[in-house]
Amino acid sequence: MLEIRNLHAQVGDKEILKGIDLTINDGEIHALMGTNGAGKSTLSNVIVGNPNYEVTKGSIIFNGQDLLSMNTEERAHAGIFMSFQAPIEIPGVSMTNFMRAAVNARREAQGKEPLKSTDFLKMMREKRKLVEIDQKLMNRSVNEGFSGGERKRNEIFQMAMLNPTFCILDETDSGLDVDALRIVAEGFNKLRTPGTSALVITHYQRLLDYIRPHFVHVLIDGKIVKTGGPDLAQKIENNGFDWIKEGLMNA
Amino acid sequence: MMKSEKQYIEFYQEASSIIKERSCPVMNAVRDAAFRQFESSGFPTRKVERYRYTDVDTVFAPNYGISLTPITITPSPFIFHLKDAPINVSPYYNRVANTKDSITALNTMLSHDALLIYVPPYTKVESPIAIDNWLRGKEDTMMNRRFLIILDKGAEATIIISDRMAPPSQAIDHHLSEASPLLEKSEKRKYLTTQVIEVCCHDNAHLDLYEIEETTSLCSRFSNVYIKVGRDSSVRHNSITLFNGLTRNLCDVYLTDTNSQVTLNGCAIGSANQHIDNNTLIHHQAPCCQSNQLYKYVVDDQSVGAFAGKILVEKGAQQTTSQETNANLCASSEARVYTQPMLEIYADDVKCAHGSTVGVMDESALFYMRQRGIPEAEARTLLKNAFMGQVINSIQYEPLRQKLYVKVEKRFRGELDKCEDCRLCK
Repeated sequence: MLEIRNLHAQVGDKEILKGIDLTINDGEIHALMGTNGAGKSTLSNVIVGNPNYEVTKGSIIFNGQDLLSMNTEERAHAGIFMSFQAPIEIPGVSMTNFMRAAVNARREAQGKEPLKSTDFLKMMREKRKLVEIDQKLMNRSVNEGFSGGERKRNEIFQMAMLNPTFCILDETDSGLDVDALRIVAEGFNKLRTPGTSALVITHYQRLLDYIRPHFVHVLIDGKIVKTGGPDLAQKIENNGFDWIKEGLMNA
Repeated sequence: MMKSEKQYIEFYQEASSIIKERSCPVMNAVRDAAFRQFESSGFPTRKVERYRYTDVDTVFAPNYGISLTPITITPSPFIFHLKDAPINVSPYYNRVANTKDSITALNTMLSHDALLIYVPPYTKVESPIAIDNWLRGKEDTMMNRRFLIILDKGAEATIIISDRMAPPSQAIDHHLSEASPLLEKSEKRKYLTTQVIEVCCHDNAHLDLYEIEETTSLCSRFSNVYIKVGRDSSVRHNSITLFNGLTRNLCDVYLTDTNSQVTLNGCAIGSANQHIDNNTLIHHQAPCCQSNQLYKYVVDDQSVGAFAGKILVEKGAQQTTSQETNANLCASSEARVYTQPMLEIYADDVKCAHGSTVGVMDESALFYMRQRGIPEAEARTLLKNAFMGQVINSIQYEPLRQKLYVKVEKRFRGELDKCEDCRLCK
């Protein structure tokens, strides 16, 4: 599904990613861990096409398409979704109008007619239940006045509406209490089809207790330095990153 | 003096007798004085404080041909030609308007017909009074429109004044308007309009006044509104520039007695080379009055938006509450905004605030929407629309508010001229 080869990227003049290689197959969940500032969010932003990040070298192939030649919205239409670390407030744009625009843009890209109003509202109702999000939030502006937990739930709700094939969860667990974390993670698991892949960025083992990864990668200083199974996350939880860094220095 | 005044002075010297013949005594009584005023002061240069942002001379320089066609009015119990006024209008006509302003002076000397809206004491006009200024004609034209609005004691009314392009019979059907040679020509003609609206709101009267402009990029408009408010009254003035060429709106308010309120709202949308300049001055002359101003602009391409608003709290106007806000969204790097909020206070027990903001598109919001698959152009439209929402939300007359939601969104999509449910427009 996703093939990243020798990816280098920078913000301004500062090189953040220094040669990433990563392959994610259909249905696989990959966890990405690493120290602050290692480049985890940069990698996710580069995959979704944030214009503030510049790719200087390398390639990303998504289902046979050259992702780097596509703009942000085209990547979204191709099935890529990112749950934001800090979801953005958009005053004056209601959740309903925002979702309608997003859903219909995707349908248009697929050559489908826009959804009828009644069908759209029905879909909203159904998906809302999955993540236990209140109807009154739908009449508000996007993320305006939402609590931290509501924002993260809202991200998963949007994922439910857009039905992506590849999801990036960028620190979806940050700022969530244990109950909210469970609701968000269970929501994600309910939505996932056998073919859906995900890249889960997190600092903690806890999220991975709910969303079981097939692989765990460790990103340090712009490079993936270690890859392992779920037990690697547990080891990091217990011992931190120092032992990995030491290993690198001795090598 | 610049050259551009010359043609208007000469025109008046030649045609004043014809204008007076077609006009009425109350208008003629102040005409020559207005002419002398105009002759001596001429058009304002950009050194004149209130005209800093609009180049008057260039707009008035061409010879448009001055229209002396009488106004057609649809029969209504509240609308009259000034000459048919049911009350003595000489204590009102040209009393609030200030002919020291050259545009007002020019309008006073050239307008031969005026429209009076008179609402008798304790009368509540249920449905809004709508005035449509249809711009049409085979040739470039200059029009000088004049309105006098009087709300007597305890009267209430909603008035909607619209500047539009198509004549009504043809606007109904797209096929007709498409085929109409008259409309075809109207769209390509240059129109220059001066307009003076005088409003006198007696005690305990309530007015909701809308001015909506939806013209073409070849239209220039100079509109001066003067509002005098009595005791326990309220006036809302809403200025909405949906589409225009060059527009300069002036609004002067005099709060002359206690416990009254005035609200000025403005919505200005500019693209291409459009120019929108709003200039307000609120005179707080009496104690315990309130004024609120909210003007919002979205300027794109190379368009220019200007706002200058002054709150003047005179000595003795204690317990004044006044708020002035101008917020601007610059949607392109070439668009320009000039903003100048001003406060001048001579009383010591007041609560006044003024502020302005100029911002650009929120890049992080754009990215968020695009990640969800909303194309960039659509995302920009949503953001502009959201920004303007505050002004449209504050519109009191519900059917108009709903209509403007649609119109503003269409404007941002560049589809303002497309009609509803029309196959040809799709």
